[in-house]
Amino acid sequence: MSNLNLTLKIWRQPSPDAPGAMHTYKVDNISTHMSFLEMLDVLNERLVKEGKEPVEFDYDCREGICGTCGLVINGVAHGPRKLTATCQLHMREFKDGDVITIEPWRANAFPVIKDLVVDRGAFDRIVAKGGYTSVNTGNARDANEIPIGKEDADKAFDAAACIGCAACVAACPNASASLFVSAKVAQYAHLPQGHPERERRVLKMVQQMDAEGFGNCSNHGECEAVCPKGISISNIALMRREYMKAALKTGAAVV
Amino acid sequence: MSNATPNKWNIKMGADLKNSIPEGPLDKKWDNYKSGIGVVNPANKRKYTVLVIGTGLAGASAAASLAELGYNVKAFCTQDSPRRAHSIAAQGGINAAKNYQNDGDSIWRLFYDTIKGGDYRAREANVHRLAQVSVNIIDQCVAQGVPFARDYGGLLSNRSFGGALVSRTFYARGQTGQQLLLGAYGAMMRQVDLGKVQVYTHREMLDLVKIDGHAKGVIIRNLRTGEIESYAGDAVLLCTGGYGNVYFLSTNAMNSNVTAAWRCHKRGAYFANPCFTQIHPTCIPVSGDYQSKLTLMSESLRNDGRVWVPKTKEMAQKIQRGEIGPNDLAEEDRDYFLERRYPTFGNLVPRDVASRNAKYVCNEGRGVGKTGLAVYLDFAESIKRLGRKAVEDRYGNLFEMYERITGENPYEVPMRIFPAVHYTMGGLWVDYNLMTTIPGLYALGEANFSDHGANRLGASALMQGLADGYFVAPYTVGDYLAGQKPVNPADTSHEAFKEARDGVDKQIKRLLSIKGSKTVLELHRELGLKMWDYVGMSRTAEGLQKVLKEIPALRETFWNDLNLMGSDMEWNRSLEFAGRLADFLDLGELMALDALNREESCGGHFREEYQTADGEALRQDDAFAYVAAWEYTGEPGAPVLHKEHLQFENVKLTQRSYK
Repeated sequence: MSNLNLTLKIWRQPSPDAPGAMHTYKVDNISTHMSFLEMLDVLNERLVKEGKEPVEFDYDCREGICGTCGLVINGVAHGPRKLTATCQLHMREFKDGDVITIEPWRANAFPVIKDLVVDRGAFDRIVAKGGYTSVNTGNARDANEIPIGKEDADKAFDAAACIGCAACVAACPNASASLFVSAKVAQYAHLPQGHPERERRVLKMVQQMDAEGFGNCSNHGECEAVCPKGISISNIALMRREYMKAALKTGAAVV
Repeated sequence: MSNATPNKWNIKMGADLKNSIPEGPLDKKWDNYKSGIGVVNPANKRKYTVLVIGTGLAGASAAASLAELGYNVKAFCTQDSPRRAHSIAAQGGINAAKNYQNDGDSIWRLFYDTIKGGDYRAREANVHRLAQVSVNIIDQCVAQGVPFARDYGGLLSNRSFGGALVSRTFYARGQTGQQLLLGAYGAMMRQVDLGKVQVYTHREMLDLVKIDGHAKGVIIRNLRTGEIESYAGDAVLLCTGGYGNVYFLSTNAMNSNVTAAWRCHKRGAYFANPCFTQIHPTCIPVSGDYQSKLTLMSESLRNDGRVWVPKTKEMAQKIQRGEIGPNDLAEEDRDYFLERRYPTFGNLVPRDVASRNAKYVCNEGRGVGKTGLAVYLDFAESIKRLGRKAVEDRYGNLFEMYERITGENPYEVPMRIFPAVHYTMGGLWVDYNLMTTIPGLYALGEANFSDHGANRLGASALMQGLADGYFVAPYTVGDYLAGQKPVNPADTSHEAFKEARDGVDKQIKRLLSIKGSKTVLELHRELGLKMWDYVGMSRTAEGLQKVLKEIPALRETFWNDLNLMGSDMEWNRSLEFAGRLADFLDLGELMALDALNREESCGGHFREEYQTADGEALRQDDAFAYVAAWEYTGEPGAPVLHKEHLQFENVKLTQRSYK
């Protein structure tokens, strides 16, 4: 495959409160074996050589599991390839001469820190409200004492595979965090270990999700479409059932 | 006891180290020890503050467990969320001596495999404790709702892993590290909700504050705003992972670094066995000079994949030129070199052995891929034997990942793999309590040197991180705190805080003022190549002496010709990386010196001068059965060497053989 010459339109924003704007850059001779972030590395190396400030974007593992990276590429969270986080997107998905727009996750709950870097602290605050089982270290009984059918274990795993990247929020027209929250709720709903706290968990996590300023889910399904780990929207249906049952059982939507 | 006479490499010798291993028979040491140590009264625990640096498996599990006991914990991570620490990327699994498979596993066997796998350069007592608590880890994680793989009967499933003859590895598809970390992170976030843990994200530790010789605080840079912050506490736990990024290309996350550990080293914590690094055999090969990191694929792949190269150089060259593909080669034209050389362990030999053999066949010109720097990992036979569905169940996500990165389908074409730097067995020296040579400063998980000797077995990193955090540090840190008067966490007025803060600020200002011509990335790549060439998979006295001259020269270039943009009072990733590279340059030199000093081959440290007729690592037990712990003297190239002599009372040292 031949190398690519590309035009990049990138959101630059110097600080959280400063206004941002799209800036245009050209990059030449990009190998199709490069990852998307390596392509941005190449741009940044050039910018520094020219005495210009590099484009800031966040990343860490660059193997699709830490959930740090996340760019809206040509209007799609994580770009054109299904089931792929930005760091694992490779340039073979693009054509010579392409114009590529690159923006940060946009949601009220995720303020921009600089350029393409956003603050996703809201997700941690939601998890703090119930994304666990309340078991102190040393309290556990033998791991094989409670059998869990393979089907349930697999369903729990499928939900637990969420990497917390927040592409679901970025893709949702309402900036809803329902897919993220429901994945955590579902993981524990499928496991006996999660049962003692199931009502409390869903009520508190949903309450915190609302408090953080995320929108409501109105079944667009964009979240599932962009999720790099294929988290199913059926988790949202499960979360709703869990929430209704919990609200009815406890007599209040808020505990 | 200091010995003033330098050795033949002009290395100064210091006093030998004591490791505070408790008395008694090996399998009773930990239990006896626990019953005898100091405990803080429950009402007093809330008066103490523990500072935990890093929130991977070791950090998150320690933070959660200490908070559950009643201590106040402040936890810091460089990422935007504690859940993103690099433990998340561990794929294959976690070992535990549960013997659920009835295949004869036991605490003793796990202990023995770990000591042998580490080529007899780890401490017996620590490793036995690790094997003992391994069973509690699995119980704890299941109680947390970690969705381990299970059989249809509902019980936990196991798989085998390199370096072991039993199936003791628990796993969650190819994302075991992720699931274990989310369990520990959840436990920690629960304590956040209960007000016992405060989490500080986007924070990087840049110095340790010592008061009266004890670790009593840290200096932290807020990566979002650039502010320099001070935090006081009664103990500091470094859970900051390994230093593999000294090679620039490694399987570590891009932000993994040695800075927190190195700055503690500069404050007096000895750095042990820095040359013990692990090269992982199953990584995706480099594709070009823009490469920013290497991607590992779990070595569990070697359970069902067969490693081979063409029998002849001529055939390999045809493959390199793209004239033929691997599937064009008949069975008799393939050399399954691991199965041939190691009939007992076959493709499941330990990582160092698998990696070196891959290097040898590539050196012979029999490597594949465009660069000739790759070997095949072939699943054709397993797919035939087990069916595609079973292979997909076991490795589906790894196959997908491979396809995303290379554009090739491993169900049809064998994977191409090559070794890459993956893990560092060396780290800050710690005693049996996991305390460094600075009282009150602990190192947990990959950040310490303790349990894996010269080579770590697969699925043991997760085990060690969680053992240290859930089951060891909560006891040993309590023992230390019981003898300490609590500090006021709000008071950072001591002169030592100011001195440390000023030092950090000065270094940052200096980095920004150089205004030279080279980028951080360029200089880091340059260091990485030197490290890979001379302090990589195999080392020679000649190469090490050469690189010991080149690294100081590169350091000069760094401090005189670096170019950074932007300012210190904002988000500035290049500035972060520059500070880390400054420390990697110092560490790289120490690694080379350590490798030069260790005139033997053991585990991941392979000195070409010391090998058996078969090309296996040849230890020199009489001279080198010790931990090399280095003391910083102010000059990166002139450290003092302290030895901790290893006593083997329970295992017999043998030449490792996996034939």
